Amino acid sequence: MRSDSLLNEAVRGPSGPRKHRMLPSWVATTALLLPTYAWLTLAVLLPLLTMLVFSFMSATPMGKAPITFTLKHYRAFIDQPYLLNIGWTSLVIGFWTTLLCAIFGFLAAVALARATVGRMRETLLILILLPFWTNGLVRVFSWTMVLRENGFLDNVLHMFFADAGSISFLYSRYAIVLGLVHGYLPYMILTCYIALVTIDDAIIEAAASLGARWWTILFRILIPMATPGLISGAVLTFVPVIGSFMEPRILGGKVGVTMGTVIEDQFTQAFNWPLGAALSFTLLAVVLAIFATFSGVLRRGAAA
Amino acid sequence: MTNVKVDAVAKTYGSTKVLTDISTDFVEGSFTSLLGPSGSGKTTLLRIIAGFIKPDEGVVTIGNNDVTNVPVWGRNIGMMFQSYALFPHMTIAQNVAFGLERRGIKGAAARKEVDRALEMVRLSGFADRMPKQLSGGQQQRVALARAMVIKPSVLLLDEPLSALDRRLRQEMQVELLRIQRESGLTTIFVTHDQEEALTLSDTVAILDKGRIVQTGKPAAVYERPTTRFAAEFLGDSNFLEGKVEGGAVRLASGTVVRTASMLPANGTDVTLAVRPEKMMISAGEPGTNRLDARITTVIYAGPVLSYLLETPDGMSVKLFAQNKDGVVLKQGDTISLDWSPEHTIAVAS
Repeated sequence: MRSDSLLNEAVRGPSGPRKHRMLPSWVATTALLLPTYAWLTLAVLLPLLTMLVFSFMSATPMGKAPITFTLKHYRAFIDQPYLLNIGWTSLVIGFWTTLLCAIFGFLAAVALARATVGRMRETLLILILLPFWTNGLVRVFSWTMVLRENGFLDNVLHMFFADAGSISFLYSRYAIVLGLVHGYLPYMILTCYIALVTIDDAIIEAAASLGARWWTILFRILIPMATPGLISGAVLTFVPVIGSFMEPRILGGKVGVTMGTVIEDQFTQAFNWPLGAALSFTLLAVVLAIFATFSGVLRRGAAA
Repeated sequence: MTNVKVDAVAKTYGSTKVLTDISTDFVEGSFTSLLGPSGSGKTTLLRIIAGFIKPDEGVVTIGNNDVTNVPVWGRNIGMMFQSYALFPHMTIAQNVAFGLERRGIKGAAARKEVDRALEMVRLSGFADRMPKQLSGGQQQRVALARAMVIKPSVLLLDEPLSALDRRLRQEMQVELLRIQRESGLTTIFVTHDQEEALTLSDTVAILDKGRIVQTGKPAAVYERPTTRFAAEFLGDSNFLEGKVEGGAVRLASGTVVRTASMLPANGTDVTLAVRPEKMMISAGEPGTNRLDARITTVIYAGPVLSYLLETPDGMSVKLFAQNKDGVVLKQGDTISLDWSPEHTIAVAS
């Protein structure tokens, strides 16, 4: 009731002579939605549209070459089959990063949501957010210090096993995934945490009273109920990860050629913006296709 | 026969003693209410019996087993919560079958048990619905079916009816009592609603500040409260304070009040409790206690009229009278009250 009257007041203005104050509802709706759509247009639609236009150009519109309309950049995957391999690498890296983030992120979120002792929750939250506060480049470079031969990891190993060889795995896909998991874990933790804190303690207690041990509670209660959080976390991780170029470049070395680095090269090295834009849109289409497939599966899973 | 036994249980949080040396037995098949104000420790006691909280001291026994160190999932308890606590992502049938699955009962056997449990709570046609499609009362009945289907050793109810509106709550009370009687299941019920406790229970245990102050049949506890707290918390009471004098009590005003209770030695301070509905507007009967008082407020509540009165020396007295002739007496009238020494109970203050 109260929120209704507040809403009316917000829409129609404070109570007063209603006859003069009342606006047609479509005016109020439009006025309220305008800032959102204006912002989306400015920040999302216009840049995307610009890139879309670029992707159909025959050359970067800064040189002297004449610009004509062409679809050839969208044939890149056919004309240059090695791009398929690179695309596949990106998807595999995206898959493993998202999966590892989901596993560790969910468990961390459970710990966070269930931490009730004193200031434990605040402390954990700060520890989780710390990677966000450090510069991404510094964070990734610090991993090279840890992972390189005779780096921190090897030193620790040799402290216990002096004769052991090097376990350095810098410049491998594992290193790329590790760096990406480190960077994107907070997104997963926070989205899962938000989904988990809304679960009433009594639901977990009810499950325990019916004989459920912790793993049953995890797999039958917590994970199904926090699925929306897992999905948004997966989207927030997967999308930027398959387009990432900093982690593959620094931690991957020679093996670090991904769609992200290829696209970045088109803009910064090859100066072929139209190809970069076309590859970006192809990647976007693949991601959307993946989500469309999975959302169907998930919706059926939720309905069953 | 004792089914659940709590022996010398104590629990402290920081510097707060939530429960102090609680010992009580719950008889097999009985319905016991733990009644007390918030902070009295009644919920903590229930959660210790359930296994959600470990007592600092003492022993909890269910059946013949010491379960003090057994975790919740191993205690075979049925529990109902104020918030229903149904699993929102499972159908009604899946909710009820959850406990059966944990016991390895699956397929057709489970289906049969689930059907029977839903029939018991009169929700047979609802097996394939989701919890959010049901009303609050229906959800709570599913919760009852889910708790009962595992054939628990004890049924623990944590204010399960508090979230329901008045009429639905009364319906559920009847339902709950019927199912409890039919199953003969030992039931422990936490509530702060005294009327609910009186109507449902075989035994009422009144808790105050982490101690059980009185246990007994509802009528016994209501008619013979042993402490001022019990007399005040369960129902209403007038308290008369005075000194013992020759087998009766002399109030400060000089009025002598007789009681059927055992009294301490002459000269001792004593508190007497009298229920407002046991007092009558004087008919001048012999052998009764009597007070004169002036009406300060008349409260019309339909079948009952409550009068707030004041004696000449400033003591407040409350009286409930049946509404036989409508409002005849009014504010400012001075009347005589009388009541029987049988209904004058000496209580510890």
